[in-house]
Amino acid sequence: MADTAGSDLLHSDLYAKGKTVHNKRIDGPFRRFKWLVMIVTLAIYYITPWIRWDRGAYAPDQAVLVDLANRRFYMFDIEIWPHEFYFVAGLLIMAGIGLFLVTSAVGRAWCGYACPQTVWTDLFQHVDRFFDGDRNARARLDKAPWTAGKTARRLAKWAVYLAIAFWTGGAWIMYFADAPTLTYDFWRGDAAPVAYATVAILTGTTFWLGGFMREQVCIYMCPWPRIQTAMLDEKSLIVTYKDWRGEQRGSLKKAAKNPEAFGDCIDCQLCVAVCPTGIDIREGQQIGCITCGLCIDACDRVMKETGRPRGLIDYATLDQCEAEAAGAPATPAWKALLRPRVFIYFGVWTALGAGLLFALGTRTHTDLTVSPDRNPPFMLLKDGSVRNAYTLRLRNMEARPRDMEVALQGLPAGAVLWTDAVSAENAAPVQVITVPANETKVVRAYVLVPPGTDEDDSEHFSFRLTSLDEQGETDIAETTFAMPEDDE
Amino acid sequence: MTTNKTPASAGRRIDEPTGTETVGHEWDGIEELNTPLPRWWLYTFYATIVFALVYVVLYPALPMIDRATAGTLGWSSRGDLAREMSAADAARAGIVAKIAATDIEALPANPDLMQAAISGGAAAFKVNCVQCHGAGAAGSPGYPNLNDDDWLWGGTLTDIEYTLTHGIRWEGADQTRATYMPAFEGVVDAAQARALAGHVLSLSGKAKPSPAGAQMFADNCAACHGAGGEGMPAMGAPALNDAIWIYGGTQAEVAKQILAPRHGVMPAWQGRLDPVTIKMLAAYVHSRGGGQAAAPAPAEPAPDVAQGTEAKTDG
Repeated sequence: MADTAGSDLLHSDLYAKGKTVHNKRIDGPFRRFKWLVMIVTLAIYYITPWIRWDRGAYAPDQAVLVDLANRRFYMFDIEIWPHEFYFVAGLLIMAGIGLFLVTSAVGRAWCGYACPQTVWTDLFQHVDRFFDGDRNARARLDKAPWTAGKTARRLAKWAVYLAIAFWTGGAWIMYFADAPTLTYDFWRGDAAPVAYATVAILTGTTFWLGGFMREQVCIYMCPWPRIQTAMLDEKSLIVTYKDWRGEQRGSLKKAAKNPEAFGDCIDCQLCVAVCPTGIDIREGQQIGCITCGLCIDACDRVMKETGRPRGLIDYATLDQCEAEAAGAPATPAWKALLRPRVFIYFGVWTALGAGLLFALGTRTHTDLTVSPDRNPPFMLLKDGSVRNAYTLRLRNMEARPRDMEVALQGLPAGAVLWTDAVSAENAAPVQVITVPANETKVVRAYVLVPPGTDEDDSEHFSFRLTSLDEQGETDIAETTFAMPEDDE
Repeated sequence: MTTNKTPASAGRRIDEPTGTETVGHEWDGIEELNTPLPRWWLYTFYATIVFALVYVVLYPALPMIDRATAGTLGWSSRGDLAREMSAADAARAGIVAKIAATDIEALPANPDLMQAAISGGAAAFKVNCVQCHGAGAAGSPGYPNLNDDDWLWGGTLTDIEYTLTHGIRWEGADQTRATYMPAFEGVVDAAQARALAGHVLSLSGKAKPSPAGAQMFADNCAACHGAGGEGMPAMGAPALNDAIWIYGGTQAEVAKQILAPRHGVMPAWQGRLDPVTIKMLAAYVHSRGGGQAAAPAPAEPAPDVAQGTEAKTDG
């Protein structure tokens, strides 16, 4: 047994050598759409950090800035504070539901057009084409021995890969600090180590994943195709090969001799040649298909040249395919968008968006949170009055210092408060506190009720914060007042 | 296994539906396809093994009997901690020196310095003081509450610093503050003690006045506690006319304290904590809400008070 099993192992390959995909250049509506998406997404990515936005003296003037050190997120006129993280969470949820929406409507459009892996792979493939020529030339060059010419070409190509990768990593860090300052510091060697590390890591991964791994990322590494399998159904738009129309395949010559026996597919292999993941769509649905539509461009061109109707490979739902195979007339692809699932996702997505916009529109630039001291919960003073201590957090989300008034609401008459900034002698029902621009001021506040106050063990009351300016924004924070238990 | 295994000759066949070669294993009719791993995957796997081997040599890794191998880099988490601690000490050094150089009553005038002192004091409090005074400094019977406005020995920053430095009734500290409430057991009987306690409680409105108790109080107690029970912080005599009772405020508890009083002891922290830490602790305790402002005239420090017993007999 041992030797037979051993020989089996010896004969089997331990690993499979990756096959390089040299996809052929093709032109067509989907290719042009891919160009457009690539240009728009890359432009947004590279240019955004350089847009300036004047926010006054106390805030940075970068339009989009993730200021981790000060825990602020700036996006044009919107400034997100840590306690408003629900905006970011909401956007992430919207992005998730948006992905479901797009997937249920047009299948793997994310994979085919917008996924960074797809965009950068596409970009690197154009670099390949520039240096090594189109499909056949590239394949030839790959097999050719390493002459000086090939080495020079490869080094030049990899240098361009590296430049793109470095630019990509460099653009990323610009979102986290003032871009011009960071660029200057970066080249002077004064930037934070984390900046260099981030650029190094992103340069490395872009170079490796975009330049060499390419479709293997989609097939082996990415979890999304697996999740997507569960999200697609027979009513989702996908790239399909209409086999009832294409089969039996045969070359033009054979088909010309015997038109009855052959379908529309002339087995020219162009759909395989243009595929960026190197699959054959005619084998049916498969995980390697990112539905970029380049095979549709290729096939439509061949159909036109051979005088056959377009759409042998096309966007269609499996239901439509079945109906068409059974003889029903072709349905336009957009009709696949009109189904309950799409509307439900769209409804949830819009509701979330509307909710976030509403929250954004109604939020104030002040905020007050109160946490009562629990250790000890109350303090009995000499004269029998009872004091509670609270930690107040007053937020001033405007780019200027503001005076704010803190008042007690709902405590019996005689209740006073003071803070650690003013002593107990200055206790009063209302205190004015100045909060610096763009800051959260933490103060410890004491509230005192006079002796003989008749109350439950913990009476609910509120701190009321009012900004002493033309806006007069108010914010109310509820809390409790603890009293000693009666020992008589 | 031998029973289920297909003979080697028949093993390597092509599986029809997938077009993939089989490895020749078969279990209950299920065959194993020969689907090799991608090359990069395998190389990544090898790279992790190499990484692990290098890591084991460089860093502490292999468990031995009492400790792990040290690693050739000499790195340890303990060393990291020590470095971080000394870095933190160095970062603190400036402000600590400033606090040391500032008179304690001048601290509140400098809010940043005061805040730093309070933070440092809060940390020191958690290590040294919570055992008696509690995590919230609220004390417990016999251990004063440091949040309220009742101070046995005075609640100014200077007073608190003095108490911290020299302790209360602490043997071995020359300048410790010490007075004793005498035991009245044998002087008054239990009924008289209750009457006296009743009068004491009446001072803060918790009981009806009793003439007999009032007379006894004037004869025996007013010298230290004051005629109205207002207390005498200079010698640690508690105020009896307020709502705060260190050993309990019921008639029985007060009577017990009259007959067989207890006396709190506070360690002197001089010598155990450096003066800056004591200063910061004083600032923290003062900041808990009950701290008193310094007296307008320079407070008379305590040497006199230390001979409290004498003061009492005089009074």
